[in-house]
Amino acid sequence: MSGLDSLYQELILDHSKRPHGKGLGEEEGRVATSHQRNPICGDEITLRVRLTDDGSAVREVTWDGAGCSISQASASMLAALVAEIAEEERMPREAASELIDGFREALRSRGEIPLDEETFGDAAALSGVSKFTARVKCAMLAWVALEDALARA
Amino acid sequence: MVSSVVPVPPAASLADPAAVRADFPILGERVNGQPLVYLDSGATSQKPQAVIDAEVAFLTRANSAVHRGAHTLAAEATELFEDARATVAGFVGAPAEQLVWTSGATAGLNLVAYAIGNASVGRGAPASARVALREGDEIVITETEHHANLIPWQELAARTGAVLRHIPVRDDGTLDLDAAADLIGARTRVVAFPHVSNVLGIVNPVADLIALAREVGALTVMDACQSAPHLPLDLFALGVDLAVFSGHKMLGPYGVGGLYGRAEILEALPPFLTGGSMITTVTLDEASYLPPPQRFEAGTQPVSQAVGLAAAARYLQGLGMDAVYAHEREIAARMGAGLRELPGIRLLGDAEGVERVGLWAFDVEGVHAHDVGQFLDARGVAVRVGHHCAQPLHRRFGLTASVRASASVFTTADDVDVFLDAVSGVRAYFGADA
Repeated sequence: MSGLDSLYQELILDHSKRPHGKGLGEEEGRVATSHQRNPICGDEITLRVRLTDDGSAVREVTWDGAGCSISQASASMLAALVAEIAEEERMPREAASELIDGFREALRSRGEIPLDEETFGDAAALSGVSKFTARVKCAMLAWVALEDALARA
Repeated sequence: MVSSVVPVPPAASLADPAAVRADFPILGERVNGQPLVYLDSGATSQKPQAVIDAEVAFLTRANSAVHRGAHTLAAEATELFEDARATVAGFVGAPAEQLVWTSGATAGLNLVAYAIGNASVGRGAPASARVALREGDEIVITETEHHANLIPWQELAARTGAVLRHIPVRDDGTLDLDAAADLIGARTRVVAFPHVSNVLGIVNPVADLIALAREVGALTVMDACQSAPHLPLDLFALGVDLAVFSGHKMLGPYGVGGLYGRAEILEALPPFLTGGSMITTVTLDEASYLPPPQRFEAGTQPVSQAVGLAAAARYLQGLGMDAVYAHEREIAARMGAGLRELPGIRLLGDAEGVERVGLWAFDVEGVHAHDVGQFLDARGVAVRVGHHCAQPLHRRFGLTASVRASASVFTTADDVDVFLDAVSGVRAYFGADA
């Protein structure tokens, strides 16, 4: 696989073209919203997290935004991953934070730490981004937005 | 006179592109396994060996503090530093005493804005009264500004109560001169504009803007970053009051640039940064200041960088700025024609009948600029992606980001062809051509 193809895997291009969770959910129940920008390239994401009424678990992530394929695909993959986990079992807040930390660690590892599919689902396809240091921020944008939203939820 | 410390190699000729390229060692690099095609000179240009050698020669044989000390090296360094000033001033059509060293264009523009701000609170009076602003005075800029020629004016307006207004840009990227004629009036005190927009590449009708400003007695401030490296510049003949440029965009080192001013304007401006090297007499209560340019050069100056920048100016003069401009126009025409033929490409500022330097920004339909840049990088082609420090201009064209390819003296027709071939594959790769 060429360097470029290791970055732009099919799955990434698919998600960027047919995104999951795009379009902000209603502001009903326990929700929090975060707006994040990458000033270098103008990528923008607004992400909304919906929690259980007691605030202990994440129920849904929706988002809206514009930007490069990596930032858009990453937001889509995050929304899909949360939907999958929240549907099958519970996704406690702490589990969401761990997921974000794990994602960040892998993305900053310059290719040393791969993302495993079992934990990260389609987002594991973003492993290749970690070798392209200029693009790490693009991939992180939605995850930083979720982290920020959780902190205020 | 150039001291024997700095080597002056024989001039290259643009008639021999291979020889010019050979002067730029970095062009031998490979990027992602491909030969480097560097089309990001608008952001920063590459440096010829003559510039690298000049800086190394200064540091290895003459380094010393300038304008102080009586030892031999101090004298040698001072001579090289002031020779550099004369050379760079001459390059832009100015006498040496009308060129102030800065760390770059951003610093130069902030110097001017803060000096005007200081004049506006009475510093430097009575001489500075002619540049002082009062509440309700107007500062006119353009919609095409780089943030460096925008935000200092926003801040100055906020500090003084002046009003910031802008000359709109038309859909084809040209400035609306009719609107400019309406905007520039009795209340206008400052008119700031780029000689060449760093996004559009169009050479603006700056003589017309200067004439409009002069009619109402407004100060003119020109950002020459994207013109100084690419076309013959005679700031004195142009009649602009103040102009700035950055060394690193014109084959020179980082951290050095120039502020040109008409003598009477520099004379009227109070200092911005204060401290050592810009004073005559200092007591514990007050200080009096040196005349320009030293009045604006507080503290340690970028000496080796200035020497390097002079080598860059000599290198460009060796090529001949008329020849450089002709080369720029050829590259611009080849690049523009090639991009127009590609489906889904929208050029920004594709006005007919204008002069331009070798720089094009464009949007690729269905593919974000960042992705375009990554795709080109995999083919060894270095371009700029993003808003290029011109968010309002991108907003004007309904974009948050664009791709920009910008040329320099070492850019060849082959570079353009490799670039065009790479761009032609972008939309298919990202599935945007379906």
